[in-house]
Amino acid sequence: MRLMAQMAMVMNLDKCIGCHTCSVTCKQAWTNRTGTEYVWFNNVETRPGQGYPRGYEDQEKWKGGWKLNRKGRLGLKGGGRLQSLGTIFFNPKMPAIGDYYEPWTYDYSTLTDAPAQQHTPVARPKSLITGKNINIAWSANWDDDLGGSIEHGHKDVMLKNIADKVKFEFEQTFMFYLPRICEHCLNPSCAASCPSGAIYKRAEDGIVLVDQDRCRGWRKCVSGCPYKKIYFNHKTGKAEKCTFCFPRIEVGLPTVCAETCVGRLRYIGLMLYDADKVLEAASTTDDHDLYEAQRSVFLDPNDPVVMREAEAAGIPRDWVLAAQRSPIWALINTFKVALPLHPEYRTMPMVWYIPPLSPVVDIVRDTGHDAEDGENLFAAIEALRIPIEYLAELFTAGDVAPVDAVLRRLAAMRSYMREINMGRPADESLAEAVGMTGVEIQDMFRLLAIAKYDERYVIPPAHAEQAHALEELATECSLDFDGGPGMGGSGPFGEGSGAPTPIAVENFQMLRERQTSDTVVESEDRQYRQGRTNLLNWDGRGTPEGLFPQNGNKIPGQPGSGSAGSAGSAGSAGSAGSAQDDSPEERQ
Amino acid sequence: MTVTSLSVMSLTATSPTLSYPAVYTPTTPVGGVDTFLWVIFPYICLTVFVVGHLWRYRYDKFGWTTRSSQLYESRMLRLGSPLFHFGILFVLAGHVMGLGVPKSWTDFVGISEGMYHFMAVSIGTVAGVCTVAGMAILIYRRRTVGAVFSATTRMDKTMYVFLGTVIVLGLVNTLVANVFGEYDYRESVSVWFRGIFRFSLKPELMAAAPIGFKLHALAAFSLLALWPFTRLVHVFSAPLGYITRPYIVYRSRDDQLGSRAPRRGWEKIK
Repeated sequence: MRLMAQMAMVMNLDKCIGCHTCSVTCKQAWTNRTGTEYVWFNNVETRPGQGYPRGYEDQEKWKGGWKLNRKGRLGLKGGGRLQSLGTIFFNPKMPAIGDYYEPWTYDYSTLTDAPAQQHTPVARPKSLITGKNINIAWSANWDDDLGGSIEHGHKDVMLKNIADKVKFEFEQTFMFYLPRICEHCLNPSCAASCPSGAIYKRAEDGIVLVDQDRCRGWRKCVSGCPYKKIYFNHKTGKAEKCTFCFPRIEVGLPTVCAETCVGRLRYIGLMLYDADKVLEAASTTDDHDLYEAQRSVFLDPNDPVVMREAEAAGIPRDWVLAAQRSPIWALINTFKVALPLHPEYRTMPMVWYIPPLSPVVDIVRDTGHDAEDGENLFAAIEALRIPIEYLAELFTAGDVAPVDAVLRRLAAMRSYMREINMGRPADESLAEAVGMTGVEIQDMFRLLAIAKYDERYVIPPAHAEQAHALEELATECSLDFDGGPGMGGSGPFGEGSGAPTPIAVENFQMLRERQTSDTVVESEDRQYRQGRTNLLNWDGRGTPEGLFPQNGNKIPGQPGSGSAGSAGSAGSAGSAGSAQDDSPEERQ
Repeated sequence: MTVTSLSVMSLTATSPTLSYPAVYTPTTPVGGVDTFLWVIFPYICLTVFVVGHLWRYRYDKFGWTTRSSQLYESRMLRLGSPLFHFGILFVLAGHVMGLGVPKSWTDFVGISEGMYHFMAVSIGTVAGVCTVAGMAILIYRRRTVGAVFSATTRMDKTMYVFLGTVIVLGLVNTLVANVFGEYDYRESVSVWFRGIFRFSLKPELMAAAPIGFKLHALAAFSLLALWPFTRLVHVFSAPLGYITRPYIVYRSRDDQLGSRAPRRGWEKIK
């Protein structure tokens, strides 16, 4: 047994209202740079729909993920190592920018700069790739809320395997939202496709990352990932992907998408698994068995044997305790309501979904029946094959039985809790009908409906034993982080030289400062005091303040001069055309 | 197929100097310009090549990439890129054979002058034409596709000038010297080239070479000097390790903090 810990996520699709807040906050945090304009580490798709990039689920076309060869052994669907190197000069399976969408901005300056004229000036869309005028014809969520589905709906790859035709006429269709991030798979085909070995799985928490210093831009990961969640930064020529917000996870904070989720539908926690069994599970012959095979890889954190193994594997005690409290373990194993997205890709994805009951509920309600009634819901699950088959195509490689079981459980919970809320005696037969007890139903209800922040996100920080290493105490003063009390110290060759500030510490301090300060804008005197710039936030254009030393001016404002931001700014007045000096006026 | 009338076969190198055709005797006077062009300049370029790569690798790993433009355009790239890259790989192999392997060695294993000549001209011409055709497609694409053109840096353009010059001159030399003329570069240019690495300097050999070979060599060394500062560095990350490494790479968070290795003596305490 090779026991490893994996940070995982479950999303409860019933609660997703498709507001895209997760996408927007993620983009603001991670991909608001040139080169990543078209990149959404987190996107929300309306299903049925084509998704982003368009039709990414058609693996006969894109050849992502794994497949079993004739001997039953697992291999990359895109071809073996030699075949991969043979097509390294041109990747025939890589999506083009048009498959995502051509990013654009608007020529806003015409609105203010245009001379007096008869007609109101308009801001024309300009491509962010070429800078030319473009006609906007697609984007990451163009078919949101089934928009244009009469024309595009049938292009959904998942509909191919469904016998009855899904109707896209209003009142006869169903829809739900599917937020997607990187799956941080146990058996990542992107990492396996990377010729440089730049994509790795972190041994501590299983987060899959791209080493930006080792990536050489061969683009094999883009085609290797069946979820198309690796993106090519066309400015830097490197692959980028969802990082599971590892700097936040390391200090015990949930990912940005989870933190800002309006519907509070995301759960984050640990899963323990046996890495030695991953290959065997991924090689399961029948696609329908892959869901159970992946579940068999997980280890019960309450099992004394597993706890002993975890200790032997060097997993700290608080991580094992967190694994026991993990909402992911509860949803996947205890309540069995979470399902993996596309297990047939054989990557063993680790972002799971609770399939939505809402398509069923909506139809029952629209027909005038009681949509909270257990009998009605069970009957509807029985009768409404199209939504259920569609969900099965997404979550269980087309096997209807597990989806059916999950929806029944959700339906049972819905009516069981209705009885209680109405002050009537609980109907235990509802619980028994889905193989649960009333107590279990109530536990599940608590986790799904009212779980608070610390129940939804059970994230053990990179543990105390490692704090020493994380803060680099061994080599540097502990107060010497960016903005810290010991700030000002730097390497022997001036500001910015010496060992880099560990990303976790810096971001956490920035985050804490922002969350506890009264102003939105960073105080200017602090920027001056630092005299440096955060390159992570630099888009490569222009020269931000602090990137280069100011000409002929010493860096003003030592600590102690100027308590407020404006004072620090005033102290520096006179520096030629400094944006710092202009900014207060702009804000007024 | 014509073989040099001097019948080099009979003079098979006991000592390399014996096998020179009379025209290229070391007695050709070597001026200061020749010494600069064929001794000093190559060493400057090779030094810049080596030190430049070390510098680039140490300080700009992030910029070390192919800077692929496949995302923007793939129709022309599908044809041009493999044509150019496979072509230039064959050209490289040809140069290793022609410049790196002494004539005496190929004679020793029984490759006759005629056979060698035939191979060099046929494979070399096909590879050269593929390379030039591929490069023409790629440059045309780079100029005409707006997205690709706007992603082209000044360094890219400079590099294309040098690379294009080197390749075109090389192809011309192959055609002119092997098909129309009778110039045996293996007895002159190759000996000079190997001499650079053995510190056995023979600028007089190059001084007597045809102008096409001179220009090709000069352009090639200039390109080598430019190499570490261009996207051409991706040649040195040819991912041959992929063939043997395990599919899934696990890496501990603790291995390295930040992107640079800690200085010696300042490593983390385990």
